[in-house]
Amino acid sequence: MADDRRVRLTRAIDFCSSLRYALPDLSEEESRALFGPAARQHGHNYRLEVTVQGVPDPATGMVIDLKELKEVLEREIVARFDHRDLNRDTPWFEKQPPTPERFALVIHGLLREALGDLLHGLRLRQGDDLWVDVTSGAETAP
Amino acid sequence: MGGRHERRGDGALIALTRRYRFPAAHVLRSERFSDAENRRIYGRCAHPSGHGHDYGLEVTVTGPLDPRTGAIVPVAELDELVRERVLERLGHRLLNEDPWFASAVPTAENIALAVRRELGAALAARGAARLARIRLEETRRNAFECGDET
Repeated sequence: MADDRRVRLTRAIDFCSSLRYALPDLSEEESRALFGPAARQHGHNYRLEVTVQGVPDPATGMVIDLKELKEVLEREIVARFDHRDLNRDTPWFEKQPPTPERFALVIHGLLREALGDLLHGLRLRQGDDLWVDVTSGAETAP
Repeated sequence: MGGRHERRGDGALIALTRRYRFPAAHVLRSERFSDAENRRIYGRCAHPSGHGHDYGLEVTVTGPLDPRTGAIVPVAELDELVRERVLERLGHRLLNEDPWFASAVPTAENIALAVRRELGAALAARGAARLARIRLEETRRNAFECGDET
């Protein structure tokens, strides 16, 4: 579309967290049987790639001030999760384990709240060989 | 992104991708063509002794999160499925000898399609997760995708 002036921009941040897969109604032993080694406390290097989309402001030429995006990511993501334990230090993984899928959706919810319709989607990488994509989906055709 | 990825109640779409590697050999030549035609079509890749690649294989799945495990498909189970159905079958092999390529030249296109067929059926038989996409890197310069568009 020639008149679609929307631009997508992506910013990446890195953080490290510890976690374990557990369910409230399972003993340590039962968790081990269901989730294997992931039931033990372990950690990952996460990389989050956040994509925002919008028409550049006619005066500034920017979709979003990158400094503002950096501050949002620092406040909403890094401050909450970096060098923290996802099970002990956050309220989101009491009823379901912090799988990359669940974690990506929690992050998507936080950023949707902070960025509104600017948020186009995100990719959460756990190590080098695994990632989850979440697309906000409001503007994509079914 | 792929409009056919699983759409959640809040409108968000989610997909999980896992990356694997396997080394394999192949020869690109077809019995339909003469030696001269094979050399013309496939160039160096038609050399009859074979050559090989470290293939990078990306498998993308989509679907609802299991309410208990919080996963589209638990990664350990996906790893086991891919290991059993693809990596052990193709890794450290001459691909031309595999029945998948009995009547198809083992180009990266055909490898990607064969892997999609195998894993797509295996996942469909297993549960709610759906294979969304296969991406096969033959070298760092060449990558092949089939399935949902990104």
